[in-house]
Amino acid sequence: MNDSEIFSRLRCGRRIGRMLLHVPVAMGAGLVLPALSFAGEKAAAAPDPGDTAWMMVSTALVLLMLPGLALFYGGMVRKKNVLSSMMHSFVAMAVIGLQWVVIGYTLSFGPDVGHFVGGLGSAFLKGIGPATLHGTIPLYIFVMFQGMFAIITPALISGAVAERMKFSTYVVFILIWSTVVYDPIAHWVWGTGGWLLNLGALDFAGGTVVHVSSGISALAAVVILGRRKGFLKTAFFPHNLTLTLLGAGLLWFGWFGFNAGSALASNGSAALAFTNTQIAAAAASLSWMFTEWRVQKQPSALGAASGIVAGLVAITPAAGFVTPPWAIVIGLAAGVICYFAVMLKSRAGYDDSLDAFGVHGVGGTFGAIATGLFATVGGTGLIGGNGRQLLVQLTAVGATALYAFVLTLVILWVLDKTMGIRVSDEEELRGLDETQHGEHGYHD
Amino acid sequence: MKKVECIIQPGRLDEVREGLTDAGITGLTVTEVKGYGRQKGHTEVYRGSEYTIDFIPKIKIEVVVPKDRVSGVIDTVLEKARSGRIGDGKIFVIPVEETVRIRTGERGHEAV
Repeated sequence: MNDSEIFSRLRCGRRIGRMLLHVPVAMGAGLVLPALSFAGEKAAAAPDPGDTAWMMVSTALVLLMLPGLALFYGGMVRKKNVLSSMMHSFVAMAVIGLQWVVIGYTLSFGPDVGHFVGGLGSAFLKGIGPATLHGTIPLYIFVMFQGMFAIITPALISGAVAERMKFSTYVVFILIWSTVVYDPIAHWVWGTGGWLLNLGALDFAGGTVVHVSSGISALAAVVILGRRKGFLKTAFFPHNLTLTLLGAGLLWFGWFGFNAGSALASNGSAALAFTNTQIAAAAASLSWMFTEWRVQKQPSALGAASGIVAGLVAITPAAGFVTPPWAIVIGLAAGVICYFAVMLKSRAGYDDSLDAFGVHGVGGTFGAIATGLFATVGGTGLIGGNGRQLLVQLTAVGATALYAFVLTLVILWVLDKTMGIRVSDEEELRGLDETQHGEHGYHD
Repeated sequence: MKKVECIIQPGRLDEVREGLTDAGITGLTVTEVKGYGRQKGHTEVYRGSEYTIDFIPKIKIEVVVPKDRVSGVIDTVLEKARSGRIGDGKIFVIPVEETVRIRTGERGHEAV
């Protein structure tokens, strides 16, 4: 077959594909292509195929961030804890994957109760069917997309508790935390009637809901859990930074779904968020690397990878609200700020094992504030003369941080008194893979 | 019979092995080891904290040779393993009482 034959077949295939794409729409809604519909005819509500396709892809992209996070964190722990650390992310897919459809979705997006939480009307996704829409997409896809955010948020906390938390308690913790911390906060910011949404808080893809909540909770977890044995006396060097780099790459890839998917449509807003995501990740990776180069005389691979994540975290709330030049500023600043936040832990003496607070807590806070400073698209920040937006952003960050911190302290304190949250000294020494899972990541 | 035991930098193994082969050494044993000498480890920075790494990875080469070939082995290792920087390693010469080839039961020089 020569080139022109191949080309002609491809074009033919695409034409057939496009025709097929419209068959269900035409059958379901009594339409043919918009171009062929009669002038003035009003279309019945039907999902937009482009939006629906993009949101399905975005949802799958965000799920891929979990294996990405597992690799990112897993490479940073010691060899004896690699499975336990990766399991923190994988078990979140299972536990919160179910929790979300049973009660999480309805608490976050169900009918408003007191501007604080969603009601129980949509428990077990009651009342939702294939024809139910959320804007231009099937509601099922909106539920699944938001569910991925609910899954990744507690998994982010796991970075702070790595190498010493009991697995059984971790499972119970993420189930409770997601229900009483994440779901209400998601309702505040994104749920119809939520008090922060009513206040006008801007959070495009989860700067406060995902990163501030998880990062601040990580700090609370460290307060209750304490340091790993030998912290600051022995170096807990990452056992496999190749995994960490691969994980950072997968997080970056998945983050396009996280941020550009948050437009909930395949449109210009999604394109802007997509563009800003790319810019901020690149800028922050560079600024972290150069800061480290200057301070520690060498650019580390771990620093470059951490910078990528810091940039992605910081641009998350701003992704669809700022123009690309401001994404550069946010990215460059995030790399430097998060670098120093991570360096702080050895001075302050708290053991946030893999820097969940330093990157997500600090980066998310900075990003939320930066949104209040630089927003010019679909919202106006301080540079547009709207000082109130900055106050609203600070309120959102403060309320989220306070709520997440206090609730996490309470949850873990209760779990400590009942189940115990920390493995024994002996188990910690032998490693959590062996003592919690009866396995080893590697067999020599 | 003597055993020449050399602790060298990992990156120098290939050159030392080639040198020993050129010098007619037919067999040697190599082990990955960790330890420290006068340099007492080194410091590495991780996430803003400085840590002393006590045990540094090295390679141990063991060669058993007749007494008259010991100085040739030492000269080869000195030439091939020396960078001039701290941590180049050590050479120990140890008397060997007996050598036995398991397959044939030969003893002494024939067994090497």
